[in-house]
Amino acid sequence: MNGPTRREALLLAASAIAAPGFTAMPAFAQETPKRGGVMTVHFATEQRILNPSLQASTGVYIVGGKIQEPLVDLDSAGNPSPVLAESWESSADGKTITFRLRQGVTWHDGKPFTSADVQFTAMEMWKKILNYSTALQQFLTAVDTPDAHTAVFRYERPMPLGLLLRALPDLGYVSPKHIYEGTDIRANPANTAPIGTGPFKFVQYERGQFIIAERNPTYWRPNLPYLDRIVWRVVTDRSAAAAQMEAGQILFSPYSSLTIADSQRLGRDPRFEVTTRGNEGNARTNTLEFNFRRTELADVRVRRAIAHAINIPFFIENFLGDFAKPGTGPIPSVSTDYYPGADVPQYGFDKAAANRLLDEAGFRRGAGGLRFTLRLTPAPWGEDIALFSTYIQQSLSEVGIRIEIVRLDAAGFLRTVYREHDFDLATGWHQYRSDPAVSTTVWYRSGSPVGAPWTNQFGWQNDAADKLMDDAATEVDPVKRRALYADFVRLVQTELPVWMPIEQLFLSTFNKKLKNTGNNPRWASSSWHDTWLDS
Amino acid sequence: MRLLGLAARRLAASLPALLLILIGLFLLLQLAPGDTVDALMAQMGGGDERIATELRVFYGLDLSVPARLGQYLLRLVQLDLGYSAIYGKPVATVILERLPATLLLMTASLSFAFAFGAVLGVVAARRVNRWPDTLISTLGLIFYATPSFWFGLMAIVVFSVHLQWLPAGGFGDVALGLTGFAAVLDIAKHLVLPTLTLALIYLAISLRIMRAAMLEVLTLDFVRTARAKGLTETRVVARHVLRNALLPMITLIGLQVGTMLGGSVVVESVFTLPGLGRLAYESVVQRDLNTLLGIAFVSALLVIAANFIVDMLYARLDPRISSGG
Repeated sequence: MNGPTRREALLLAASAIAAPGFTAMPAFAQETPKRGGVMTVHFATEQRILNPSLQASTGVYIVGGKIQEPLVDLDSAGNPSPVLAESWESSADGKTITFRLRQGVTWHDGKPFTSADVQFTAMEMWKKILNYSTALQQFLTAVDTPDAHTAVFRYERPMPLGLLLRALPDLGYVSPKHIYEGTDIRANPANTAPIGTGPFKFVQYERGQFIIAERNPTYWRPNLPYLDRIVWRVVTDRSAAAAQMEAGQILFSPYSSLTIADSQRLGRDPRFEVTTRGNEGNARTNTLEFNFRRTELADVRVRRAIAHAINIPFFIENFLGDFAKPGTGPIPSVSTDYYPGADVPQYGFDKAAANRLLDEAGFRRGAGGLRFTLRLTPAPWGEDIALFSTYIQQSLSEVGIRIEIVRLDAAGFLRTVYREHDFDLATGWHQYRSDPAVSTTVWYRSGSPVGAPWTNQFGWQNDAADKLMDDAATEVDPVKRRALYADFVRLVQTELPVWMPIEQLFLSTFNKKLKNTGNNPRWASSSWHDTWLDS
Repeated sequence: MRLLGLAARRLAASLPALLLILIGLFLLLQLAPGDTVDALMAQMGGGDERIATELRVFYGLDLSVPARLGQYLLRLVQLDLGYSAIYGKPVATVILERLPATLLLMTASLSFAFAFGAVLGVVAARRVNRWPDTLISTLGLIFYATPSFWFGLMAIVVFSVHLQWLPAGGFGDVALGLTGFAAVLDIAKHLVLPTLTLALIYLAISLRIMRAAMLEVLTLDFVRTARAKGLTETRVVARHVLRNALLPMITLIGLQVGTMLGGSVVVESVFTLPGLGRLAYESVVQRDLNTLLGIAFVSALLVIAANFIVDMLYARLDPRISSGG
């Protein structure tokens, strides 16, 4: 039904003969976009705020990313592309970065968008409130506004332009100064009724039910967006969400929000597409975190033995299906600019090696073949984490390590692992955000304040690693930066304070009536200005 | 006047219980690891320590536990339920927004369970140990034994996905923007499946209670007297047996109101209805103490009110109860 019509198929065949180079062009590129329609989206977790200048999380982008816009987004090839900023340049020393802003853009309330908005958002939100951005922008000293359409970012230490441009699609959403200035930013009503410059205007947020946004008639991209409305439906039950997809009540479910079984089932149904396409910018790795306060785990041989004892390819094949692959370190393979390849220390499945390492470390098997007992605390998000924790438990019992699984909910997990350090092993996700300096090196950098989640709370400290991370974060030369990160990966794969053995992309489930989907690496978070609905 | 006196006494007796429930819940939630800022951090996907500290001040978590409990009780005396951390609105508003869905679902399910339970119970009792009785009792057992989330999901698969007769979830179709009678009809359509799902288990209980009560009353002396007077069997059942057999059913309803408030979490999640059950669940996960205590408060009030009504109904059905004082 949704394939090419006879006529289109003939045309395609004709063009295939005429120009063999273009045969790969998909059929939908030939279709003329239709205007109108309501796109319904699965909204799995209720959010406290919807403004992406204040909270960097997928749950916020899925809504706020259609209403507010960043300075820069990623294009289909994953390169920075202009949105509210038209062009950018860095000074030679990397301490001054100038953005030329788009003219003729207005906020949804009719006020013009100017450099004052960028200045205000950068200094008051990105630097002070926005998670991950506070670290990224800690050396930002001022934003100058020589005119209404130029914003000059001044840094105390060099800021690599590549890092900033890769971070800004997520951490560069602009908020209106005239709404926020002089108010308590965290309590501002616009946090849940956002005002932006994006293709859709906020209409209504009915807690526990739905959010509605409608077409912005004065959007700066001419004749866009195609859709009349977007309705996000709050559905917390995963199976119910799959049923609503099948009943046509939801057209798009983002970020792996359905169960693995339902995703596989819908993937075989011709009405739907289940894919990682459009999530390349949102890679995550499964973690195994070691608490160095346990003497056994402070020994690198024990950590390596644990890694050797777990058969990752088997786990992936039997539990996760086609949508995961073995990881090779903290920088995932989708990050082409920084991925150092698999040529760094790896820990393949080898039970004999695991037993030998444990013996060498002095933890010989005692009564019942038991060496020692550890508590494993799995993060409560993601079905794969629960499965992985059970798999770890069974794998390690084979080499004489008994695992007690301690299950907690989200608040309990963060408190117990990252603040109270009351765990031996923990397993969860590391979220890679386009550049290692945003959310990856914090897993390894020592000196992180107690309680900061997803940071090095493991009691591991390595001066060489710390220096590599610090140098790379301010290295302006992209080639040198890449080399520093390769050294970093090699070092942490040798020492293994955290093991990141599985690499995954989020799954999107589309109803095939939706067109122009997944056409950039952070599609679920992006603005959907060119998405359209086939009736 | 007597009625008012009874009401006042009832209310006075439930006040200490209410206070104990609230204080108990407050302290219990302190035992749960993590606070609402940890929950928010989990949702945010991380953030540095300074942000967490600022947020704790923002949510008033920097004070000691006794100080916060004292503050809460002081506000409660002034009938102020406080401010919800997740929703950024006064708790009273949040609960009022959710109350209609819960009340509607509860009333519809209870009425359905009561009415059909009574009818099926009577039918089963009149044909005791014959095939209608066996059929009804077996059905009752199946309804009673099957978990409601499974019923809900199967109902969605059959009626929404395959037959496409009824919507799979939600509380009205927001995409259509209906008003007036069309909107009422739309909500009714959305409530059919959840009402049936929630009602089935209670239907099973009521039909069994009704059947047992009927069988018991049918053996009593006054029934024999009525039959001896030459009344038809239908008249005996309708006028003499039914009224007496209804008393246990009324008791049951009073008890079920309380269970149903909690039991609807599952049905509300499966059918994505914006009710109190889901709100309570969300509040626990997000450690939103004010909202949770507010829900406990309102639920307790609802249960007290329901039991009060039940007491009044007793008095009406059986005049001996009110005269006994």
